[in-house]
Amino acid sequence: MSAIPASLHPHPAHVHTHALTEPAWVRWLLTGLALLFLIGFLFLPLAVVFGQAFSKGWSVFWEALSEENALLAARLTLITALIAVPLNMIFGIAAAWCIAKFQFPGKSLLITLIDLPFSVSPVVAGLIYVLMFGLQGWLGPWLQDHDIKLIFAVPGIVLATIFVTFPFVARELIPLMQAQGTEEEEAALVLGASGWQIFWHVTLPNIRWGLLYGVILCNARAMGEFGAVSVVSGHIRGMTNTLPLHVEILYNEYNSAAAFAVASLLACLALVTLAAKTFLEWRLINDTTTAEATGGGA
Amino acid sequence: MSLTFTKQGVLPGFSLTLGFTVLYLCLIVLIPLSATFLKAATLGWEGFWSVITQPRVLASYRLTFGASLAGASINAVFGLLVAWVLVRYEFPGKGLIDALVDLPFALPTAVAGISLATLYSSKGWIGKLLAPYGLKITYTPLGIVVALTFIGLPFVVRTVQPILEEFEAELEEAAASLGATRWQTFTRVILPALAPGLLTGFALAFARAVGEYGSVIFIAGNIPMVSEITPLLIITKLEQYDYAGATALAVSMLVVSFLLLLTINALQRWSELRKA
Repeated sequence: MSAIPASLHPHPAHVHTHALTEPAWVRWLLTGLALLFLIGFLFLPLAVVFGQAFSKGWSVFWEALSEENALLAARLTLITALIAVPLNMIFGIAAAWCIAKFQFPGKSLLITLIDLPFSVSPVVAGLIYVLMFGLQGWLGPWLQDHDIKLIFAVPGIVLATIFVTFPFVARELIPLMQAQGTEEEEAALVLGASGWQIFWHVTLPNIRWGLLYGVILCNARAMGEFGAVSVVSGHIRGMTNTLPLHVEILYNEYNSAAAFAVASLLACLALVTLAAKTFLEWRLINDTTTAEATGGGA
Repeated sequence: MSLTFTKQGVLPGFSLTLGFTVLYLCLIVLIPLSATFLKAATLGWEGFWSVITQPRVLASYRLTFGASLAGASINAVFGLLVAWVLVRYEFPGKGLIDALVDLPFALPTAVAGISLATLYSSKGWIGKLLAPYGLKITYTPLGIVVALTFIGLPFVVRTVQPILEEFEAELEEAAASLGATRWQTFTRVILPALAPGLLTGFALAFARAVGEYGSVIFIAGNIPMVSEITPLLIITKLEQYDYAGATALAVSMLVVSFLLLLTINALQRWSELRKA
């Protein structure tokens, strides 16, 4: 996924002559096949979530959401996202600043390493922290002596979430800031602005939509992460259960309507994320084309 | 320090931001990953080898890679089709469908997992249609392929779509004026241009599928030797306090992930070269 999917570029006007497009029946057949595939693998899975959530009526739906364990799970999910997302946001800005505005050896290695968490299985992401901080881990005995519990506790959940959402903000900002170059910042420097003033008044307004884009994707993953959190959580109800883990427990207890009720909440989060993403992609194209038009390209 | 390191070191904040970036990267990613490799090293080569060649582990590898390959292949075909239809044809609801293609990125995997398990079960909307033909999807390897197809869906569409949009109509016009049929133009002119993007999307979908856990475990049934994926086996070993076994499996998966990452980077460079 690049920061600016070209899918939103204006469509080139196609010359619909016989040589350049397919016969009408082929077009209908291909469109039909594509839609059939999307219905089976995309639309129906989404519809099932809401259909099942309300399958036993509003009261069951409402009860599932207002039950104490669900509320505690929602609280932990919010807390986790509130810690993980800002930390990864600060990291993303710092990484994009040094990578996009300066030249130094090892830069492409650094970019690859930042992307690394995306290629690690969520289960392995959880496991590496168990091996660091768990009882059998490298720091386990020391932590136990000092009565600090990270694994099967909230800090472990936060750490695992930070790991899986690590690259989101950075990988959106790096290409955007590289495209925007350094001229505006240098102009501000010549005019006597301090580093902080340059960032706040020049860079931030230029990257605000890209930053928001990265933060929204980061947040969606942080709130929805399942595998990594599942490994470090210990599944203690009301204590170390996030919303996705709560969904799993309810589902495995054959409490399907309640599981889907909580799942529908997460599905709504996904839909809001997609809507925001679509809007921001439209804004981002404006920003990038302006940057290119004013000759800011590096 | 910034003077010796940079050519255009006029802007402030280089040492601070690079220092923080490297520190944060080490603390969150590099040190825990290295610790895992060190832990595996304490097993010794023979210990490591004996874990990853257990029959149950080998069965999980075959399943994980086989199902990932199948899912990524389905996505290569249908992802190309979806991208083609979205770029070339007009139909009502296109914008909404285009936005929804990213749903598998945004929907939490546990939600996708229980939804697919319900949809494709013998009582579900789709499973009900297939059951009379003796086709059982949930609790079989087929269910795993379904889940991995779902989560890999956006990758091929989103890598092929931009290439199709920037494809120059002149090339197709030239082919047509030289007497090529539409099918010949597609296979000999358009498809070769799409190949790098298609392969990149395929590799991305495959890499994602290999490590996937949440969307798979609800539909898989998780029967050892039959429908137990490697990430689940790692968790099973952890729950049995077999830390050495879990670590060995994790390291084997990490090595595969790194190789896939290198492959994908090479493929992306190739795509860039093609574009230039």
